[in-house]
Amino acid sequence: MSIAAASHGFLSPTGVEIAFLLVGLVTFGAALVTVTTRQLVHAALWLVVALGGLAVEYLLLTAEFIAWVQVLIYVGSVVVLLLFGLMLTKAPIGRSPDADSGNRWAALAVAVAAATALVWVVVDAFRTTWIDLDGAAAGSTKVTGESLFRNWVLPFEALSVLLLAALVGAIVLSRKAKAAAPAAARTPGAHDDRGAKEGAR
Amino acid sequence: MNDAVDVALRLLIVFVVFLTLPLIIGQTEHKVMAHMQGRLGPMYAGGFHGWAQLVADGVKFAQKEDVVPAGADRRVFQLAPAVALLPYLLVLLAIPIGPGEGAVGQVLDAGIFFVLAVMGVGVLGSLMAGWASANKFSLLGGLRTAAQLLAYELPMLLAAASVAMAAGTVSLPGIVHAFQWWWLPWQIVGAIVFFVAGLAELQRPPFDMPVADSEIIFGAYTEYTGLRFALFLLAEYAGIVVLCGLTTVLFLGGWHGPWGADGLGWLWTLLKAAVLAFVVIWLRVTYPRLREDQLQKLSWTLLVPLSLAQIALTGIVKVVIS
Repeated sequence: MSIAAASHGFLSPTGVEIAFLLVGLVTFGAALVTVTTRQLVHAALWLVVALGGLAVEYLLLTAEFIAWVQVLIYVGSVVVLLLFGLMLTKAPIGRSPDADSGNRWAALAVAVAAATALVWVVVDAFRTTWIDLDGAAAGSTKVTGESLFRNWVLPFEALSVLLLAALVGAIVLSRKAKAAAPAAARTPGAHDDRGAKEGAR
Repeated sequence: MNDAVDVALRLLIVFVVFLTLPLIIGQTEHKVMAHMQGRLGPMYAGGFHGWAQLVADGVKFAQKEDVVPAGADRRVFQLAPAVALLPYLLVLLAIPIGPGEGAVGQVLDAGIFFVLAVMGVGVLGSLMAGWASANKFSLLGGLRTAAQLLAYELPMLLAAASVAMAAGTVSLPGIVHAFQWWWLPWQIVGAIVFFVAGLAELQRPPFDMPVADSEIIFGAYTEYTGLRFALFLLAEYAGIVVLCGLTTVLFLGGWHGPWGADGLGWLWTLLKAAVLAFVVIWLRVTYPRLREDQLQKLSWTLLVPLSLAQIALTGIVKVVIS
């Protein structure tokens, strides 16, 4: 085992490593297009490619469970929510003239700083770790669940409390908006509404 | 070499199933709807009871001109049918129809997550079609599709999670292996929630508000013609196959049956899925379309609480019997 571990190097990549690199490049490219394109809905669709590419990377790292959850949450729900919002705002077909921001250099600086920090942390943490592809999957549902609920219970619970707070906050915000709305609706507009409904019938 | 042949053979079989089962369901729908409504239905093509009608429909679709509206976003418009159809092909790979390695396209560790995740991706096709058509009816259809998906994804996931809890595994063959007959009454609420939410996700009547023909023509698919339109229709029928197969595997015990469980297990799976597919068609003919607000209300005030109650029940029983 130690001999196999010693033979790892960057000069003789295996097929999986090449695939990992290529998918990484595609993901990176899609992410770049997402933030640079002037077409809003295209940006959302390129985001699907980027998030899907990330799921494939998880798969290649044998983390099957994480990969499917990534697809389920991000591609299946978050992007659908994004597209829903874009459709509600009547995102035009073709370029949006105002899809640009004066903050773009500041955004770039923040993005580069965040990326550097993350890459540094990951490289520092996993420098000499290799995944044994022939053995039992290191990221199967069972393994993930055990490490999540044995070693990482506290962060997990803290995150769930954070999400709960966000949920409660969202409900409070939407209720406030509703309380203000009926006062406005008591005006003759309400009659028009009923008339329109009967007309539709 | 042997492995490659094995993989190729499995892919081929799944592909053939993918091409035939939806057509069989489509033909059944023709006939069942005709009988329930006291009419004949298509009777000429192919001779015996018009069995070749769907083939004739396919030929007709292939002959039609493939029109892309001038104002549409060409690439997204043309890509949408593939995005709608392919996920169901991938899901079919993971559904086991019998015990043993030979009866499933590919055994996945987290199969239940895989199928639910990939099924959700299929809806992106409808959204792309709705936006890219440059048509107000299409846009309305796309909006309704998105709202419907967001509402019904949650109860579907919760119902599936209840079965995974009961079985103690998230692998589809593992769930069927763990199945006992008394799971049927135990998980019945979850089963109904899952099936109803699945119907809504496929936009089948009575949840066909996104394609309601009498008010928004055909929703996101209004501008489509020819083969691309046929692909959307095929996606709907493939979706029925997948939903019925999944409900069978998760809640009805898959290949388990009162007799002939050895060797004839795949027949049980197919039989249960076929009965469910009949129910899907039956519901289409029987129930009027739900209004948009009724749709949302049904999901958030009925299905979500029911599925949460089912999870609580599953947890309690699981703790009591262990």
